[in-house]
Amino acid sequence: MRLTCPICGDRDRREFYYQGAASILNRPDPDAGIDTWDDYLHNRDNPAGLTQDLWYHEAGCSSWIVVTRNTVTHEVIKTALAQTVKGQNT
Amino acid sequence: MRVAGSGQIDRTKKVTFSFDGQDVHGFAGDTIASALLANDIRLMGRSFKYHRPRGVLTAGSEEPNAIMTIGTGATMDPNVRATVQEIFQGLTVQSQNRWPSLNFDLLSVNDYLAPFLSAGFYYKTFMWPKAFWEKLYEPVIRRAAGLGALSMQANPDKYDRAFAHCDLLVIGAGPAGIMAAWTAAQAGLDVIIADEDFRMGGRLNSETETISGAPGADWAAEMVARLSEMDNVRLMPRTTVIGAYDQGTYGAVERLSHHIPRDDAKRPLECFWRIASKRTILAAGALERTIAFANNDRPGIMTASAVRSYLNRYGVVGGNRVAIFGNNDDAFRTARDLAQAGVHISAYIDSRPDAQIAGDFPIYRGGEVYDTAGRTGLTTVRVRHDGGTLNVAADILGVSGGWNPTVHLTCHMNGRPIWDETLASFVPNPDAIPGLTVAGAASGQMSTQSCLMSGIAAANTVLQQLDKKPAAVDVPAAEDLPYRITPLWAVPRKGRAWLDYQNDVTVKDIKQAAVENFRSVEHMKRYTTQGMATDQGKNSNVAALAILADVTGRGIPETGTTTFRPPYAPVAIAAMGQTAQDQGFAPHRYTTSHQASVEKGAPFVEAGLWHRPSYFPISGETNWRQSCDREVTMVRNAVGVCDVSTLGKIDIQGRDAEKLLDFVYTNTFSTLKVGRVRYGLMLREDGHVMDDGTTARLGDTHFVMTTTTAAAGQVMRHLEFVTQCLHPEWDVAFSSVTEQWAQFAIAGPKARDLLAQFVDQDITADNWPFMACGYVTLGAVKGRLFRISFSGEMGFELAVPARYGDSLFRQLCATAADMGGGPYGMEALNVLRIEKGFITHSEIHGRVTAYDIGMQGMISAKKDCVGKTMAARPGLLDPARERLVGLKPVGAVKTLSAGGRLFTQGDDAVRVNDQGYITSVGYSPTLGHFVGLAFLRNGPERYGEVIHMVDHLRGIEAMCEVIPPIAFDPEGGRMRA
Repeated sequence: MRLTCPICGDRDRREFYYQGAASILNRPDPDAGIDTWDDYLHNRDNPAGLTQDLWYHEAGCSSWIVVTRNTVTHEVIKTALAQTVKGQNT
Repeated sequence: MRVAGSGQIDRTKKVTFSFDGQDVHGFAGDTIASALLANDIRLMGRSFKYHRPRGVLTAGSEEPNAIMTIGTGATMDPNVRATVQEIFQGLTVQSQNRWPSLNFDLLSVNDYLAPFLSAGFYYKTFMWPKAFWEKLYEPVIRRAAGLGALSMQANPDKYDRAFAHCDLLVIGAGPAGIMAAWTAAQAGLDVIIADEDFRMGGRLNSETETISGAPGADWAAEMVARLSEMDNVRLMPRTTVIGAYDQGTYGAVERLSHHIPRDDAKRPLECFWRIASKRTILAAGALERTIAFANNDRPGIMTASAVRSYLNRYGVVGGNRVAIFGNNDDAFRTARDLAQAGVHISAYIDSRPDAQIAGDFPIYRGGEVYDTAGRTGLTTVRVRHDGGTLNVAADILGVSGGWNPTVHLTCHMNGRPIWDETLASFVPNPDAIPGLTVAGAASGQMSTQSCLMSGIAAANTVLQQLDKKPAAVDVPAAEDLPYRITPLWAVPRKGRAWLDYQNDVTVKDIKQAAVENFRSVEHMKRYTTQGMATDQGKNSNVAALAILADVTGRGIPETGTTTFRPPYAPVAIAAMGQTAQDQGFAPHRYTTSHQASVEKGAPFVEAGLWHRPSYFPISGETNWRQSCDREVTMVRNAVGVCDVSTLGKIDIQGRDAEKLLDFVYTNTFSTLKVGRVRYGLMLREDGHVMDDGTTARLGDTHFVMTTTTAAAGQVMRHLEFVTQCLHPEWDVAFSSVTEQWAQFAIAGPKARDLLAQFVDQDITADNWPFMACGYVTLGAVKGRLFRISFSGEMGFELAVPARYGDSLFRQLCATAADMGGGPYGMEALNVLRIEKGFITHSEIHGRVTAYDIGMQGMISAKKDCVGKTMAARPGLLDPARERLVGLKPVGAVKTLSAGGRLFTQGDDAVRVNDQGYITSVGYSPTLGHFVGLAFLRNGPERYGEVIHMVDHLRGIEAMCEVIPPIAFDPEGGRMRA
């Protein structure tokens, strides 16, 4: 498997650390309530198809990267720096 | 026997090797199989289950029968395919799965027991008594069945790994692969062309046809020579591409020195490649299949194309009389080439009544081979023809049931091949692997001309996809004969007709599986073991599922194939492990004091990737405890020096640095004054402890954070996560400086005195109080000094640029020695911190909360931090949780045991009564008894209670008293001195 780091380019997946769903970018307010926090921490979709997850270019530039990929075909559709994605959300 | 004149062997270079102790002569360019056949040795192995005599079936990597052990001793290599292994002077070869000898194998008695050993017999026969399976049945069966044995010695061979990148990977160097590589290379692409053979050219090396007027093998050699001169082409012979993976990644194994004597092999035996290619052309050719008929497994029976390979490539025929049995036009080439070479053809049997063949030998159209004879080698072929039967004398029988395109790699990402009625074969699904195009016989092109053209076409497709101009290359002229086939899978007759030779699966086994309702192809495979041997059924799978389709009344497309998975051909585990043996298992990290510690005789312990000294033995000490006790006492009474550079050090700077620290630590750092250090606790977002450590404020916007050795990487990742994913708006930057600074703990009542001899500044209790920090100078060297303590004694940590670490450590140790001090290692460090109740990752192991370790007060109420919300969950604040306490033994047994479980006195020591567990123990020479840290239900409420410790693993039981975690100097006066 290979991922395109927005900074370093096309790289072998062994350079990356896999975190999980990119939904953890959206941290709730401290007083958002236990259900919201429970969702944020524990509940994940398991889609057959498009998914967004977070990878960390640990053996590279240390960037956190949002990877859009297809769990069925393994196609990597898009990669973007998490800080850019976060900037667009807020 | 050798046939004069023909072949690509070098008849001027004789090579002698041994086979089962006998000297065998061959030529350079021979494989074991070709050299044995040249010496009229047809018997090459015994089958897996029935110990049937077997000869070579193929001339390629798909070989199921001729599997051998080469070499001796530690470098012995079992299960080597004789059809692939090149011979060299001095090579030793042993046959396998026979005793006492290949010709006389006692276990061939299994063959007579065959009626009892059919498919599924293990499941039916060895059901009871249950205990017999492990002790009796399995060992016996394992000894009787199976292939080569391991040497049981450590493998001294080197295996390497490498990465390659290219525009185009061409898999297979036959006519299609060569033309694809040539076309793409002409257009300027970076091309890798890999072929598993030691001589590139594919089938052209085994055929007599011409290309552009030259013999095919010569044309291939010329093209390969031209490709080798191009800077943008890398040729990889002896390289098997074993798997197709995501995003154009391919695994490949290059055999570097299997073909030369081991003694000369300074280079690795094999290299495991990961090839990342933008586009790939699969030109892996096709594999011939046999036809199932009774006793079709006798030595001397092989595929018709193998007969042709041995003749044309090696100048070898395995006997004097050859018969051919086929159902397609291609088989006729074998007869034609043999006749041209003057070999006696005793019969040509074609199952098609209308077969268009002609030759100066007996031809039986519409005939079938229904049985054979010959105990350890073929003597007679029994033919059914024209309503009657006849016996044909033959030493060799070439069988062709048709050709299967080598679709395997196209199935590695769950692609399913497509049934082609005309070819009576599966062809690849063209879209199975993104970026992969199939060309040549692998795509169902069955003439040389069409292979050449499809190679060019595939390359031009790739060029177009990569936005390059198509290359205009000349199309060489070659044969373009039609390939006609009428399927014939099995010749009906009583008797065992083999499909999977290596696993001894017969037509009857497939039928039995269907009768017993294992009708799905995947069930049939597992019930019969069809295709589960090292050859993965390359010659037999299609026939097996055709027979299953027939028995179950379904078509072949509906029956489908089993799943092809990597690797395409067997791969040594050592090749996959590559350099990760022994010292290569993980990277090694050494501190700057490592060499000095080695010189002091310290044994080392691994802490993550780091090597840290356990203790520093002095003369007279015979075990580690003596050294450890002395070092602890030394620190408590004088001064000790310890390298603490392995702790993670993260330099944090920026206007918002304090915001970051306030957010990742439970406690507040924005209030920390410049020149001061504070202990901090870090949580995960789920409210459990991630790490702890101290952070020093060196300037208004400049902090240095320390982490534990174990969690340094995790904390770094966490900080990056917080600043990139949660708060990218913060103005803060940080960098790991762990390896830039050598840092030494100087601890003990005389710490300040020792420090005074190194640091230019005047260090007093007033100007450097507990938790002070700042810059110091050591002559010309600029250092940093932190007054922190992990021992409970007056402690400093002195940091200097790493290049001064070795020198400083040596001088610190020498000077300390004059003061009754010296270096101390991990054992003493551990005892010192347990006495003081300081935690490490033995305690904060991922399942404990701040509440559990008595630090819930450190979660500031005035601000948010990572983990704060979830740490407040009621279940995480339950007093009945296992919480941190200290322990000391009070009964007859004076030992504590890390990992021991805790039970209330009087309770049985069983799981339901479990009250907690011990995380750290050490003998405290200071207190004169063992001390331990433990997690105990309602822990802090049980101080004074005597509790029962049981270590079930080590068989240790002790009574101990629950005490506060801080066993020594609870007021902390010593470290504030």
